[in-house]
Amino acid sequence: MITYTFLQHYWWFLISLLGGVLSFLLFVQGGQSMLFSLPRSEGQKNIMVSILGRKWEYTFTTLVTFGGALFASFPLFYSTSFGGAYWLWMLILLSFVLQAVSYEFRRRPGNVFGTKTYDVFLFINGLLGTLLVGVVVGTFFSGADFTVARNNITDIGSPVISRWNNGWHGLEAVVQPRNLVLGIAVFFLARTLALLLFINRSGDDELTTRSRRMLWYNAVPFVVFFVAFVVWTFLAEGYAVDDAGHVYIQKYKYFTNMVEMPAVGVCFLLGVLAVLYGIVRTLACGNVRNGIWFSGTGTVVTVTCLLLAAGYNGTAFYPSTADLQSSLTIGNASSSMFTLQVMSVVSLLIPFVLAYIFYAWRSLERGHTTAEDAENDGHP
Amino acid sequence: MEFLTASLVGWSRAQFAMTAMYHWVFVPLTLGLGVIMAIMETLYVRTGKEEWKTAAKFWMRLFGINFAFGVATGLVLEFQFGTNWSNYSWFVGDIFGAPLAIEAILAFFMEATFISLMFFGWKKLKPGAHLASTWLTVLGATISALWILVANAWMQLPVGMEFNPDTVRNEMDDFWSILLSPVAINKFSHTVLSGWVLGGLFVTGISGWFMLRRRHADFALRSMRVGTVFGLVASLLVLSTGHMSAYNVAHYQPMKLAAMEAHYEGYEGVELVGVGLLNPDKQSWDDGVQPVVGRIAFPKMLSFLGFSDFNAFVPGIRDIIEGGYVQPDGSVALSFEEKHERGKLAIQALADYRRAMANGDTEAAAVYKEQLRQNYAYFGYGYIDAPEGLIPPVGLTFYSFRGMVILGGWFLLLFAVLGFMAWRRDITRCRWMLWAALITIPFGYLAGEFGWVVAEVGRQPWAIQDILPVQAAISSISAESVKLTFFIFLVLFTVLFVAELRIMVRQIKKGPEVQDDACGTDNVKTEK
Repeated sequence: MITYTFLQHYWWFLISLLGGVLSFLLFVQGGQSMLFSLPRSEGQKNIMVSILGRKWEYTFTTLVTFGGALFASFPLFYSTSFGGAYWLWMLILLSFVLQAVSYEFRRRPGNVFGTKTYDVFLFINGLLGTLLVGVVVGTFFSGADFTVARNNITDIGSPVISRWNNGWHGLEAVVQPRNLVLGIAVFFLARTLALLLFINRSGDDELTTRSRRMLWYNAVPFVVFFVAFVVWTFLAEGYAVDDAGHVYIQKYKYFTNMVEMPAVGVCFLLGVLAVLYGIVRTLACGNVRNGIWFSGTGTVVTVTCLLLAAGYNGTAFYPSTADLQSSLTIGNASSSMFTLQVMSVVSLLIPFVLAYIFYAWRSLERGHTTAEDAENDGHP
Repeated sequence: MEFLTASLVGWSRAQFAMTAMYHWVFVPLTLGLGVIMAIMETLYVRTGKEEWKTAAKFWMRLFGINFAFGVATGLVLEFQFGTNWSNYSWFVGDIFGAPLAIEAILAFFMEATFISLMFFGWKKLKPGAHLASTWLTVLGATISALWILVANAWMQLPVGMEFNPDTVRNEMDDFWSILLSPVAINKFSHTVLSGWVLGGLFVTGISGWFMLRRRHADFALRSMRVGTVFGLVASLLVLSTGHMSAYNVAHYQPMKLAAMEAHYEGYEGVELVGVGLLNPDKQSWDDGVQPVVGRIAFPKMLSFLGFSDFNAFVPGIRDIIEGGYVQPDGSVALSFEEKHERGKLAIQALADYRRAMANGDTEAAAVYKEQLRQNYAYFGYGYIDAPEGLIPPVGLTFYSFRGMVILGGWFLLLFAVLGFMAWRRDITRCRWMLWAALITIPFGYLAGEFGWVVAEVGRQPWAIQDILPVQAAISSISAESVKLTFFIFLVLFTVLFVAELRIMVRQIKKGPEVQDDACGTDNVKTEK
């Protein structure tokens, strides 16, 4: 029997999965953040851009889909977070606008600003895109400063339902220590995945060797910051919601969720192990090139499970630090049953979408990318 | 530019309008040029002639340059529904969000995936598979247009939903009526076809430039022929869908139609103003001053366009405010005062219902709920305190409509004459016509922007027709914040637009012989 509750959980699962896939695809941003530090020549930089340039649209599209799916399935989150944390989202948007044109423009004759400017744009997106997306996800666990009052709509002079309670409009989340720790972890994760991808795809030996060396300097901080975030979050208070929809503080809530949902807890652990296995194996064995597939898959699973823990098992996925009862849960923030049903039918097409993406990826990724390939591809 | 005052609503609207207008610089060319390059590649696959492949690759390069900016502005638009119109996002997100999500799942991934195969797959795919990738890229872009236009059409004609006072939002109850509403179907076809017209203008204009420079004669003639036929067919279809647009506006948004025509006093057998100037002495909707001077008009044509009846009554702005006329469905129109009162009643009933529910008084709640249901059709009028608030900017709407229609007529004529010359005569001898084709390219963009101004400015003050005015749809942020992001986006988009224009011009100047980049390096046949 498909109930409203089932559909709300199903859509939170899809949102979580999209978040996991997006985290993996942020390797594009991670690679961009190393455009000025990893390559030793223009040719190597072009190889990096070529490898990333064939994938940036997937990351971008996943971000758009993440936004669209949130809008459709949890519109109260869309209106509360986007309208409230205005500056945080605007910075993310700006950085992605810079990215969208840069691959196409950077080496085109007549691009006005020169290649280096567009490379700087890519770097900015690589830095801000990862850091700030991590900060946003951090607020799912640490909360945000908003109130929701549906009765406001009947106040003709001031009808806005969701309101932010400080003038920083999201910038305050960046300096919240736990959010920042997750942001930094995501930044180093993206760089780690990018290095694993370069090792897998590059046909330039020196670039591959340098990627292996750089992996140490990025994987270690990633692990440190990620473990710090997880331990901090598991030991911290969480935001629980009872059957009546009443939100309250619960000690060790997110750790408890992992224990009370053993499938999620086990998958989370397996995901973390897969990420670590991909990294450690690549570092330990000089000829291993497939670490990206272990770490990539592990990233998808780990982040999906983290987000499931943020919303399942009676948890407020977007807690309000200003008014506990304004917190958003998958029960009070979701679309109607009818809309979720319609969207669920559409979601049945997702495997078909994944199939043609797989076909396209396979078709284009035969052999390693060399300097010659980079010269001849679509991003001159 | 009244809206550029320091109001939050004004700046929020300005920011959205600016982003949308930049977005619409790139999207129509993607829609139109995409089909043309796919047709050329189809001709290549069917005939095996390398010349068609050369032509397809050339237009594909320009398609690629144009594509990225559309993606960037599209992302900003999507997120602005949340950042700047948060109340809207909650109030109708249950309905509006679904098309956007479906667009992302069904269309964006299709575009993103097959555009990669189209650009990078020339040497890695068989010709048939590559052709399929090209068509699927175009299909993805068109499906994307479908869903966002369905969403937009729903704002103009909100159907398939019911207001839920417990959640304080409108909830979808009939997906098909949203997808297949007459406004949605017509808006999709009219908008996509206008993109095709722009594609035709772009290709014929650039081909004309090559002919003027006496370069790549064979390529230019092939492109000119495809471009003119494609553009002519698209223009004729735009004409017919334009008629349907007028019909829909007359039935569902009479105030917009009145503003498009500066039509203040209703009567039967209303003329259509061809050209004319708005009378600066017209200060108010009820001052009786003649609104248009120096006009050339087509008798009874507005009645025909709006109602398929030369003698139909078309209400003017005054009639819509004062009410009392018979509407197309046979009912008598309410005045603004009556709608305003019923809107306030609906809002109050909602407040009372929620209070009663909070107090556990279900009997009273049922009474208020019924009161709300009976008056909900006028909910948005409760936020508007004066009849002037119902009138969209007449000048902008009036002149934009004339600009769109006149330019549309010019495009039709141009395609017909260019096509005749390209297929039956030596078009290269008719240099003024080639110049005309080239110079017309920017007017193609302008016509599209005019169309959107008519559609969006003309429906003010409504974010959702009759249900939610823009002032009740915004986010709670400071006007200064929005003002700042407006200028940041304005500078960013403008700077990148200049870069894109220069890149595009340089790429065009290179001509089709260049062996580089986007389309691989395999044996591009040169024409000297």
